Amino acid sequence: MRSSFRIIRCYTTAANSNNFAEEMKKHFIPTNSFQKAILTVGSAAISLLNPHRGDMIACLGEVTGESALIHMQQRISETQEGLEILKEKPRINSKTVSFDKLAEMPENTLGRVYADFMTENNITADSRLPVQFIEDPELAYVMQRYREVHDLVHATLFMRTTMLGEVTVKWVEGIQTTLPMCINGGIWGAGRLKPKHRQMYLKYYLPWAIKTGNNAKFMQGIYYEKRWDQDIDDFHREMNIVRLVKK
Amino acid sequence: MALRTRILKLSNLRCVTQQASRLRAMSTQSTQTSPKEGPATATEEMKPGQTHFGFQVVAEEEKTKKVHEVFETVAEKYDLMNDVMSMGIHRMWKDIFMCRLAPQPETKLLDMAGGTGDIAFRYIKYLQNLGPSQGTHSSVTVCDINQAMLDVGKQRAQKLGYTPESCGVEINWKCADAERLDLPDDSYTAYTIAFGIRNCTHIDKVLEEAYRVLTPGGRFMCLEFSQLPNDTLQWVYDQYSFQVIPVLGQLFAGQWKPYQYLVESIRQFPNQEKFKSMIEDAGFRQVTYENLTFGTCAIHSGFKI
Repeated sequence: MRSSFRIIRCYTTAANSNNFAEEMKKHFIPTNSFQKAILTVGSAAISLLNPHRGDMIACLGEVTGESALIHMQQRISETQEGLEILKEKPRINSKTVSFDKLAEMPENTLGRVYADFMTENNITADSRLPVQFIEDPELAYVMQRYREVHDLVHATLFMRTTMLGEVTVKWVEGIQTTLPMCINGGIWGAGRLKPKHRQMYLKYYLPWAIKTGNNAKFMQGIYYEKRWDQDIDDFHREMNIVRLVKK
Repeated sequence: MALRTRILKLSNLRCVTQQASRLRAMSTQSTQTSPKEGPATATEEMKPGQTHFGFQVVAEEEKTKKVHEVFETVAEKYDLMNDVMSMGIHRMWKDIFMCRLAPQPETKLLDMAGGTGDIAFRYIKYLQNLGPSQGTHSSVTVCDINQAMLDVGKQRAQKLGYTPESCGVEINWKCADAERLDLPDDSYTAYTIAFGIRNCTHIDKVLEEAYRVLTPGGRFMCLEFSQLPNDTLQWVYDQYSFQVIPVLGQLFAGQWKPYQYLVESIRQFPNQEKFKSMIEDAGFRQVTYENLTFGTCAIHSGFKI
C-alpha cells in the first residue's frame, strides 16, 4: 500500500522537538478566560470586517480551538505515521523544505504539485504565524502543524487560494478537525462569494467538500515530508480523495 | 504601607499574565519590602547597570534597545492605539497640556520624544489661534530617539499642510537621545516631553539635559502617566490596564507584548511627589504638578531660574 513511502532525508531536515518547545515558550502569551472572551469576540468581528487580517483568523483559531485540538491530537495519534509527526514535530518552512529541489521533481509527484502550487499562487511557507495563546506545547504543536500543512491541503486537493478555494478547503478542514474557526470560515466566508462563484460553490464545491471531509483520511495526520516523491494519484487513492470534477 | 499593598496587589495581578519565573522575582520583591523603603525597593533588587523594562530587570543598554524595538513596531499604529486605549481621552490631556504651557509667538520650543507630532501640531494650532504674529519668530524642534516615529510625524505634517510659510512656525525634526542632546546650552525657552520620559533609561540625565538647553526663565513641562491617589480607582485602572490593554493591542495592532510593556512601564514610573522632587534635584524651581483624570496622568512644570 505504501509502495512509494520513502524517507528523503536530503529534502527535509528533521526538526528537533525540543526546539519547538523552546520556540513555543518564547511566543507564548498567558491569558485568562476573560481575556480569551474579548479576544474571541474581537478577532471574530475583525476577521469578518477585514479578511486580510490573517493574524486575527489565527488568533480566533487559537482561543476557540482547545477541544478541537484535543480531538485532532487524538486523530493524528491513531496512525503510526501520525505518531511519528507528534514525536518528531517537523516544521514546514523554507529552512526545512527545499522548494528548489521540490520544483525539480518529476511531474505528478506530491512534492512537485506542492512546489507548483506555491509558485502559482505566489505564496511562501514562511508566512505562517507562530502559536501564541496555547499553553500546552503538544496542543500548540498540533495547531502549528495545522497551519503549516494548510497549503499542502490546498495543493493536494487542487484548490486555489481564491475565496472559493479557501472556503472549500475550510469545509474539508472544518469537518475533519472540528476547529470552530474552520467551520465558521466555511459558513461566513461563503457569504463573501460573488454570484457566479456562489452558484459553482453550491452546485459542485460544497457537496464535494462535505464528501471529501467525511471520506478522506485525516489530512493533518499525514507526514507529507516523507511522501514528496509519491505519485499524486496514488496519494489520492491511499487517502480516499476523489478529485473535483465539474460537469 | 499603601505602596507595599500596591506592590503585593500587583504581584497578585501578575499571576494571571506572567510566567512563573518572573512571578517569583516579583514576590521576592514584595516580601522583602519594608514599608518605609517604598519606591526605592525595586531599585535595590537591581545590580548596578541594570534598570527596568516594564516589570523585567534588564541591563541598561538593553533597555534602550528594547524600547527602540517597541516603538519601531508600534510607530504606524501609534495614533490609532492611543485613541483605542484611552478612548480618545489622550487628545484632551494633550490639549490641556498645551493650554498650561500657553506658548507665546516668540516661544522657542523643544518637544522631546514628540515623534508623531501630537504636541508640535497643538503648539502650532495654539499660536495660530493667538492671531497673526507681528514679525516675531517662533519655532519647534521635534526630537525623538526613533526615526520611525519621526517619519510618521513628518508625513502627518505634510498631510496637514504645515510648512513654515503656511503656519508661520518653523518645524525641525531631529533624531536625538534625550540623555545626550547635541544642542547648545541656553537655547530654548520651553521644553516639553509628553509620554516619553517613562521610556528613558536615566530620568535624571534627561532632566539635567533639559535644564542645560533651556534659557534662564525657560520652562520645563512634562505630561506623563502617574499614580491614582484613590485605591479603588487604582484597582479599576489596574484591571483595565492589565486585562484589557494588551488584548486591544493584539486586536487593533496585531501586537501583544509592546502593550504589555506599556502598562508595566507606567507602574514602574515614580509617583507625582517623587517625580516632582526629581525635577527639583535637576535644578528646576517653582515645581508644581496637576493631576488629570484622577491622576491617571500628571502635568509637571518647573522653571530654570
